[in-house]
Amino acid sequence: MEIIVDRARCTALGICESLAPEVFEVDDQGDLLLKSNTVPEGQQGEVEAAIAGCPTEALRLRG
Amino acid sequence: MHGGRLVVVGASLAGLRAAETARKAGFGGAITLVGAEEHLPYDRPPLSKAFLDRGADSAGACVPTFRPVETLRDELGVELVLGNPALALHPARKAVQVFDREIRYDHAVIATGATARRLPATEGLRGVHTLRTLDDAVAVRAALDAGARTVVVGAGFIGSEVASGARKRGLEITVVEALPTPLVRAVGQAMGEVCASLHRRNGTDLRCGVSVTEIQGDGRVERVVLSDGSTVEADLVVVGVGTEPATGWLEGSGLTLDNGIVCDETLFTGVEGVYAAGDVVRWRNPAFGRQMRLEHWTSAAEQGAAAVRNALEPAAARPYSTVPYFWSDWYDSRIQFVGLPQADEVRVVEEHVPGRHRCVALYREGDRLTGALTIDGQSVIMKYRGLIMKNAGWDEALAFAEQRRAA
Ligand SMILES: Cc1cc2nc3c(=O)[nH]c(=O)nc-3n(C[C@H](O)[C@H](O)[C@H](O)COP(=O)(O)OP(=O)(O)OC[C@H]3O[C@@H](n4cnc5c(N)ncnc54)[C@H](O)[C@@H]3O)c2cc1C
Ligand code: SF4
Repeated sequence: MEIIVDRARCTALGICESLAPEVFEVDDQGDLLLKSNTVPEGQQGEVEAAIAGCPTEALRLRG
Repeated sequence: MHGGRLVVVGASLAGLRAAETARKAGFGGAITLVGAEEHLPYDRPPLSKAFLDRGADSAGACVPTFRPVETLRDELGVELVLGNPALALHPARKAVQVFDREIRYDHAVIATGATARRLPATEGLRGVHTLRTLDDAVAVRAALDAGARTVVVGAGFIGSEVASGARKRGLEITVVEALPTPLVRAVGQAMGEVCASLHRRNGTDLRCGVSVTEIQGDGRVERVVLSDGSTVEADLVVVGVGTEPATGWLEGSGLTLDNGIVCDETLFTGVEGVYAAGDVVRWRNPAFGRQMRLEHWTSAAEQGAAAVRNALEPAAARPYSTVPYFWSDWYDSRIQFVGLPQADEVRVVEEHVPGRHRCVALYREGDRLTGALTIDGQSVIMKYRGLIMKNAGWDEALAFAEQRRAA
């Protein structure tokens, strides 16, 4: 499953990073970096928590 | 999972998340969402940020509503009872009183949040506002649009964001703070000073250690008199002096009230079927083994979800544990804090060089890392949250900081 970031919505608060640090990271410019474009083995729960935790609803899954 | 009726009182972030989570968890019974405000559930953080910007559409296009009414009614099957506060909870009859109607519940989640504290003797004086609700924000924005000379009372997060918004428009702005240093309770002395320096650097007149003795005006605010004898001319006064949990309607209900609804680790109120979530709850946070009431977006959202899961399946109730997190946007800087501000020591591990370098401060209690504050440190803050979550020691935290600084 592919992870989609709506860049126009993301405000780089990094809540996703605290919930799924192996997948998300925010840099000092406030850009969200995806360490992986798809959900890694064993990370489904973390990624789902990150999607639910994002205050701007900028994250979703496709596929 | 049982059917029956779920009643959620408080139609904002925590309440909405409770209703949505119930459906997501497969709850097939009736859901009623009761809200004091006329508005559909909306998001508060933007109200003191983007919503105040010049040119923000006053026709309402930028109102931060979470969900359209169709989604709530048709997709989620939520009955909306808006524009009327709940007046009482009757545990014996398992009912919530709303105006002249009693709404029966099998499961209830209380998420009535908090209300802004006002200054005494300012009722009826136009131009004096708090900033908690959408209606407040509409009024404040209209005054800023009109170029109001503004006084903010209280240099906390909301007051400081209003000051940033006013400066962005080039307006004159004075912030009055009774304490010698702002934000001491939120982030501690040393970092309160660092945050305060952002105001001065951006041309905001920040006056600490003085309080407001009187707000004068004939029907509408004209000037603010301060305890040092000075006066400031003003068309708009925004009062940001903290909140009170919205528990007045629960007096006599049998719930334990003490600066919030007192709950156990699972957000259970102690009254059958009734759980609480968000700014209104004071619960025992297992992550630190102590009671706290948080007023942060993330915990309110998570608690809404956790409380309803526990309310629907009390036998499988799980504790809600969190490392507190909040953010605030001042001028061009983002302040982020994780953990607890009470500390034996606060150590600045990266100095703030405005516009060029982030600031990082770490908070120690005993030999444990218990908090971290960053200014423009988006790339590191959540890593400290991770360290606090896993109970990292102080030495480990310092070593990590050293490695990040070198990077
Ligand atoms: C201007 C502003 C900016 C903020 N910025 C940030 C930020 O940058 N970062 C951050 O982490 N947090 C921020 N917050 C805090 C965050 O918005 C709150 O933590 C969050 O809104 C709490 O949600 P809640 O649902 O518990 O309570 P609330 O949002 O307070 O909602 C409670 C709702 O219950 C209703 N209600 C009250 N009494 C009754 C009753 N008797 N019957 C029915 N309904 C009732 C109220 O009308 C209200 O709509 C900000 C808050 C404000 C006001
Ligand atoms: S939580 Fe949402 S807004 Fe925040 S960084 Fe992640 S995607 Fe962006």
